[in-house]
Amino acid sequence: MSLQPMSQHPISRESGDGSPPALPRDYAALVRDDRVHTSLYVDPSIFEAEMDKIFANTWVWVAHASEIPQPGNFKTAHVGRQPVIVTRAADGRVHVLLNRCRHRAGSVCEQRQGKTSVFVCPYHGWSYDLTGRLRGVPHAGGYDASFDKGDFPLVSLRVEEYAGLIFASSRPDIQTLDAYLGRAKKWLDLFMKQGAGYGIKAAGAHRFRFRGNWKIQLENTTDAYHFPIVHRSFLTSLDDETEKVFDVLGQGGFVEDLGNGHSVMVMIPDRVDLEQNLDAPIPERFQALADELAREYPPEQVRRIVRAVGGSGFNVNIFPNIACSMAFFRVLRPVAVDETEIIHMALTMDGGPAAANRARLRLHEHFQGPMGFGTPDDAEGWERVQRGAAAGADLWVMLNRGKERDVSAETGMRGAYQMWRRMMSA
Amino acid sequence: MNVPQGTAASAAADTKPAQPITLQEAAEFIWLEADLLDTQDYTAWLALWTAAGRYVIPIERSGDDHADRLNVVYDDRLMREARVQRLRSGLSISASPSARTVRTISRFRVLGEQAGGTRLRCAQHLVEYKYDRTRTLAADVSYRLVRADAAAGGCIALDEKVVRLINSDDALFGMGYLL
Repeated sequence: MSLQPMSQHPISRESGDGSPPALPRDYAALVRDDRVHTSLYVDPSIFEAEMDKIFANTWVWVAHASEIPQPGNFKTAHVGRQPVIVTRAADGRVHVLLNRCRHRAGSVCEQRQGKTSVFVCPYHGWSYDLTGRLRGVPHAGGYDASFDKGDFPLVSLRVEEYAGLIFASSRPDIQTLDAYLGRAKKWLDLFMKQGAGYGIKAAGAHRFRFRGNWKIQLENTTDAYHFPIVHRSFLTSLDDETEKVFDVLGQGGFVEDLGNGHSVMVMIPDRVDLEQNLDAPIPERFQALADELAREYPPEQVRRIVRAVGGSGFNVNIFPNIACSMAFFRVLRPVAVDETEIIHMALTMDGGPAAANRARLRLHEHFQGPMGFGTPDDAEGWERVQRGAAAGADLWVMLNRGKERDVSAETGMRGAYQMWRRMMSA
Repeated sequence: MNVPQGTAASAAADTKPAQPITLQEAAEFIWLEADLLDTQDYTAWLALWTAAGRYVIPIERSGDDHADRLNVVYDDRLMREARVQRLRSGLSISASPSARTVRTISRFRVLGEQAGGTRLRCAQHLVEYKYDRTRTLAADVSYRLVRADAAAGGCIALDEKVVRLINSDDALFGMGYLL
């Protein structure tokens, strides 16, 4: 990792008053095997270094293929703090472009998603195609003869895709996405089985921010320990049978470190492979849906769809910004050392039965979102961590819970912080 | 003005149009609802609704086909009751205590009659406070109000409420109260 990240400038450590730059930090000393230092949540200079050494230095999730299904479709996203446009060009290839005009830096797109053939900077009218190529410059005669439009495309990041998950990287020289995901791929494949043969479709998202460091959220997706505590009010809103399904500590689950900061947390072992156990009885809460589907679909397909509606029984956490969490995508975006934006993207079956997809949307709304029965309590917990971390600057955050095969072990967090240490000290 | 005792009858049961709801009656009803929400008198709030009433906070500001899209809230009677039970349970850290709220509703406009009810649209400004932070949420709120027949006391009930936040499709934040 000796090359400078493409299209990034090293962050200057020089202070404005002319004093010499600060000495490099010993980041490795801030992460031990069973704990991390509080400064990882609160130190703005560490946050700046993370943007450089992590988010501009690895694969960052930007889109699901179903968000840009057709040529001309685009969405806007972020790679770290950098705004990008994810486009599907005429030939079907995906491009990830920095959302910044090469003339005087205006953003060329301010829509969440849409369809177009051109992005036009509103300031002086420079226009770019879906691949980022500079197409037109108004009053081009004002430039001298050496001006070449080929020198000023939108800056393009490297793009690779696995199982419909589209990642971008500012680094042309790092390992392939396939190699980076490694042992996590098996779990991503299992997760996508909730498409029930139709394929997964991104179907809207809840977005919210909380006042806390991004790693507090990263930890949470591999934290079964909090579930029965923080989410008691969600659990008590369920019928008895469903409450047992969400007894995440009591079903023999486990956490596994998958390498490169990735991990999987299996909470409901019965729901690891949604194409198995299709003979099990239909849960009572899905009986009405099953009856409705039975009017149009053969019994075996009804079982497969109904089983998929309930989602997977695990979270696979991909370092640093995406998790495939039970039935949705959790995307995190670092905004500041003490502010993070979260997207909880709902997923449906692409072209699947409307009744089944409505059921998935209602299940998502039940737990997720700014007024869900789960998310506001998570967000409150994370803000309390950030508020508490203002005290005891010399204290450590403990990650020493549990054994390898215990679902409430902090194994996934330990794995993520080891990756943090590797990347920050490289 | 009459306040309903218990859950009011469904709008669907009202086949013949009752006496139209005046702007004054509608405003008084909506102000009562706002006060019940700010004071978190959620049991009384539940009683304002018809049995078939729908409480919706969409993400996309346009369109009315909420059932097939992801929403912040898409509540029928059972989900409203479960939501209130959760907020009152003492088990939710975001609601115990929640942020304090003060809301003002105005710009009432009667849009006409629909499905035996009166449709209105108005503006809501809500200010919330918790943990040394004060935030505002603005919304266009549309209501469908129905009047039970005279035998049921002629009281007004809430049959649909759709809260379209000004920033509904942008990043929001956890809310331990009702809009």
